[in-house]
Amino acid sequence: MTVKIPQDTEPNAKNALPLLRTEELLLNLGPQHPSTHGVLKVIVTLEGEKIVKCEPVLGFLHRGVEKIAESITYNQFIPHTDRLDYICAMYNNFAYVRAIEKILKIELPERCEYLRTIVAEVQRIIGHLFWLGTQALDIGAMTIFFFTFREREVLLDIFEELCGARLTTSWYRVGGVERDFTPKIVDEIYKFIADFPAKIAEYDSLLHNNRIWLSRTRNVALISGEDAVAYGLSGPTLRGSGVDYDLRKVSPYGAYDKVEWTVPLGTKGDTYDRYWVRMEEMKESSKIVKQCLDQLPEGEIRAYLPQVVAPPKERVFTDMESMIYQFKLYSSGFNVPEGDIYCGTEAAKGELGFYLVSQGGGKPYRLKIRAPSFIHMGAFDHMAKGYMIADMITIFGTYDIVMGECDR
Amino acid sequence: MKPPKPFRVPRGMEDGKDHPLTLKLREGHAEAYIGATLFRGDLSVHIRRDALLAVCRFLRDDPTLDFDYPIHMTSVDFPKDRERFEMVYEFFSIRLKHQIRLKVRVPEDNCEIESITGIWVGANYLEREVYDMMGIRFLNHPELKRILLPDEYDEGFPLRKNFPIQGRGWRDTFEFPR
Repeated sequence: MTVKIPQDTEPNAKNALPLLRTEELLLNLGPQHPSTHGVLKVIVTLEGEKIVKCEPVLGFLHRGVEKIAESITYNQFIPHTDRLDYICAMYNNFAYVRAIEKILKIELPERCEYLRTIVAEVQRIIGHLFWLGTQALDIGAMTIFFFTFREREVLLDIFEELCGARLTTSWYRVGGVERDFTPKIVDEIYKFIADFPAKIAEYDSLLHNNRIWLSRTRNVALISGEDAVAYGLSGPTLRGSGVDYDLRKVSPYGAYDKVEWTVPLGTKGDTYDRYWVRMEEMKESSKIVKQCLDQLPEGEIRAYLPQVVAPPKERVFTDMESMIYQFKLYSSGFNVPEGDIYCGTEAAKGELGFYLVSQGGGKPYRLKIRAPSFIHMGAFDHMAKGYMIADMITIFGTYDIVMGECDR
Repeated sequence: MKPPKPFRVPRGMEDGKDHPLTLKLREGHAEAYIGATLFRGDLSVHIRRDALLAVCRFLRDDPTLDFDYPIHMTSVDFPKDRERFEMVYEFFSIRLKHQIRLKVRVPEDNCEIESITGIWVGANYLEREVYDMMGIRFLNHPELKRILLPDEYDEGFPLRKNFPIQGRGWRDTFEFPR
């Protein structure tokens, strides 16, 4: 004799207990959400408050920068790189000009390398300060936002002194930099670096033992080292998982091999580790800046390559050859030999790389931007799955994502 | 179909056939190898399309190669060539600190290539971007659809060389408040 057990999933089962209807909830987060750092939309599938699946919808800030690059000369593209990661414009300029210099095989004067390294590290401090302020603000700690922006303002004023702009800087040039440091800038950076450790201690005192901060960041968005590598994560997001990969050490550029510093590594790969890595990186950056300023050699700020680097203005007005070079350079650009290169640079967010295909002439044939934020978004679903909806904001923040770079 | 032309190293580049990584790759997959170039220290190895998956798996799993980190992948359009598109893959080994670039040609009339998402998960979004921008289809990709452009975008693939830089008129149909 077989007994038929009524299945309560059967719609017409008479004996079944009345069940509450449960189903997955589809939620659109963004693109107008203030904590999505730009315009990012995520379609989240929720089970109660738990995230089952996230699907980032990208492209709200897509401007077709890679297509634009194919129609303008190499120098004209430098201001476009400012608009990629608009928090750290200097580093984008740096990454871009480095790619061009690699294909042209340009050797730079030593002073130029040092200046570039100093400004790049100051930019990294700005990027991490911005990240710290907004990440803490997203989680609910508002005070720290004002503190980090106070310091960021000091540094942006230095940038303004240096190149006339605070965010869209365009200070780097192929084969050099636009302007030299004035004594005032050197003094101000020294002053900032001297005060900075006390400022970091201040941030730490607000967050380090803050119970809310700890419970919101510890064990949130865990990712193992192997997974992080397979997803192609880079920068502090990768190093938070304990993977020792920093392009400044792997293939040193600028003056990074002439100063002493270490690569901070996390152990667990959660949001707290990534926070710790960025805090330590700020300390390392200020160390690098200090050593570079101490060692700063005298000399030229641009390589002498009249066909690539614009000659100084006083020479353009007094000597005919320089004027011809200047005219050629600004009307048709410089020639780049046929070939293709990839050049990665360790920006504040991660590895910012440019893959450049040249077929000769003054314009790139194809320019691919390897934007760290875009690649980090690829791991978003993996890292957010299983956490609460409130943690989503933490997970956006932990990548230090900037949509201008992600959507290009 | 015509037999493919023998590989020729472009002017200005060095032949990369004696590079240790090329030799290693040829040991494992001689049938996939077409040619290799060395330019500014970057090694590019051209391989056959049908062998892509086997080569990628070999690159990742062989302990002396150990390419665990997918740096980027992209595509380049060469409209005049017999096989129009070139897929470019760039891999790095975090343990052994070496880098390789794979190049695979894809013809326009059969515009598809195996997805390597099963080997490096990070390839997912990058392949979607290539599909979005260049229109190369990836076989066995978990979710192949547009990523940066809207789903209903119907002007074609913008990074192809025959796509005009000002677009094909879709933008002019938008109504903006004045």
